[in-house]
Amino acid sequence: MNAQQQWTAYTTILVKEVLRFTRIWVQTIVPPVITTALYFVIFGNLIGSQIGDMGGHSYIDFITPGLIMMTVITNSYANVVSSFYGSKFQGNIAEMLVSPMPNWIILAGFISGGVARGLAVGLAVTLVSLLFSDLSVQHIFITFTIVLLTSTLFSLAGLINAVYAKSFDDITIVPTFVLTPLTYLGGVFYSIAMLSPLWQNISLLNPVLYMVNGFRYGILGASDMSIWLSYGVIMAFILLLGWFSLHLLNKGIGIRS
Amino acid sequence: MTIALDIQGLQKTYGNGFTALKGIDLRVEQGDFFALLGANGAGKSTTIGIASSLVNKTAGKVSIFGYDLDTQREQAKAQIGLVPQEFNFNIFEPVVEILVNQGGYYGIPRAEAFARAEVLLKQLGLWEKARDQARTLSGGMKRRLMIARSLIHQPRLLILDEPTAGVDIEIRRSMWEFLRKLNADGTTIILTTHYLEEAESLCRNIGIIDRGELIENTSMKQLLNRLDTESYVFDLASPVDILPTTSNLCHFTLQDPTTVEVVFHKEHYSLNKVFAFLNEHGVIVNSMRNKTNRLEQLFMDLVENNKH
Ligand SMILES: Nc1ncnc2c1ncn2[C@@H]1O[C@H](COP(=O)(O)OP(=O)(O)O)[C@@H](O)[C@H]1O
Ligand SMILES: [Mg+2]
Repeated sequence: MNAQQQWTAYTTILVKEVLRFTRIWVQTIVPPVITTALYFVIFGNLIGSQIGDMGGHSYIDFITPGLIMMTVITNSYANVVSSFYGSKFQGNIAEMLVSPMPNWIILAGFISGGVARGLAVGLAVTLVSLLFSDLSVQHIFITFTIVLLTSTLFSLAGLINAVYAKSFDDITIVPTFVLTPLTYLGGVFYSIAMLSPLWQNISLLNPVLYMVNGFRYGILGASDMSIWLSYGVIMAFILLLGWFSLHLLNKGIGIRS
Repeated sequence: MTIALDIQGLQKTYGNGFTALKGIDLRVEQGDFFALLGANGAGKSTTIGIASSLVNKTAGKVSIFGYDLDTQREQAKAQIGLVPQEFNFNIFEPVVEILVNQGGYYGIPRAEAFARAEVLLKQLGLWEKARDQARTLSGGMKRRLMIARSLIHQPRLLILDEPTAGVDIEIRRSMWEFLRKLNADGTTIILTTHYLEEAESLCRNIGIIDRGELIENTSMKQLLNRLDTESYVFDLASPVDILPTTSNLCHFTLQDPTTVEVVFHKEHYSLNKVFAFLNEHGVIVNSMRNKTNRLEQLFMDLVENNKH
């Protein structure tokens, strides 16, 4: 395939993915918006007002970046895992596998679809957050790149989950038992400075921490750690999972017998 | 002559340790209409799956119009259109979208793909359904949808895996007509089937596969010629009690007073001779029909012989 044909193939997947989640927007966009609005009301306004400052900011300002990030993470992941597993389950993944489009385009298409949903829902949640806190972004470039990279990373993770999944149960196990704990313990609701040194060190093993803090730095201008460390950790994971995903597709794991 | 599909020493052992192909050699020439015949589980879908990159091979070489599947996979894939045995489209996608997206995966821009989809859907009688979700289609329509999808990139080699399974007779005939025309216009076609009549009516060359081995690869005509006997059933104008004995090269059996079965050796006898003989004895034949599907019988023989 020449570059133009590859571009056509890539945009075909991307458009299809975007249409998929926008067509079922009641299932994909509305729920996270409602959930986050509840978080804002309960943790931000009601409980937050009792908590006082956290990391030098009002509690609601502190958790806003974390809540947006959490939404981006879950939605990027969910989009790719359900779309890729769905096409495995119905068999229409074969439409791509018989075509001459290289595997890296299949990968890029699905990942871009996940990023599109992550960003779309992230934007919706950000708009909601404006109702509850007066968010002003300190470093727009950092904010955007961190969210983009995080979204890419969890789209990749969703794809890997889908490749190995053999049933619909398998695509909910990882989000429930791995993703949710990692995000909740990733400094969304608290600053790790509050933890004992031991737990601070253990928290540093959680990659989500670097994303939430990078994002918080972009928005609030302050975080628990260096922004470069955040970029470094996210990039390292993207390269690792990206390489691994492509390897799985090339080997045909879970999709070719 | 260009070789459309060249398979050499193809072996497949599945993950569970089952060896589905034990070393297949198969050549299909450009322009051919080729039948891959075999009982259920013989290995037809496995062979096709490997040729179309849906199944990994264990050993052997496959090339499509000269493009090696290992070293030139992209070019090889671009030559093939596949109609798989099982429905495998997204049932919630509208019919025309399925075609246009498939075109997109081959690098065909949307507008162009849409124009092609319209032509194909009209040819296959699906244009009325273009905007409907695929799940609303009948079984026969779903088959035709998969045929349309496989042709969106105008492949030189079309492979169909049991395309008429579960399709009623009328639709089957119109699909045959469509495939005949496609073949006449230059597309090489390979189809697998266990409807023997289908292979006999459509195909010029045939391979018979049995438990992972190709046990026959020849022209349909030669295959049929190898049958040395023909059987017919005659309906007689008036009842007869006994029939005159002939040599053992031609044998009559009365099923009832007006129905007689005749079996004769093709080399030594002909229908003309049979009729001349019956004429001599004042027996009038009203109508006749084939006793059994000849190919079916031959097929059973071949599979049977392979057991020994
Ligand atoms: N994914 C698989 N894993 C294990 N065995 C398989 C798999 N697919 C097919 N087989 C076995 O391989 C043999 C050939 O199957 P197949 O090629 O589908 O036959 P056909 O299409 O001629 O009916 C069968 O015995 C089948 O059970
Ligand atoms: Mg089969």
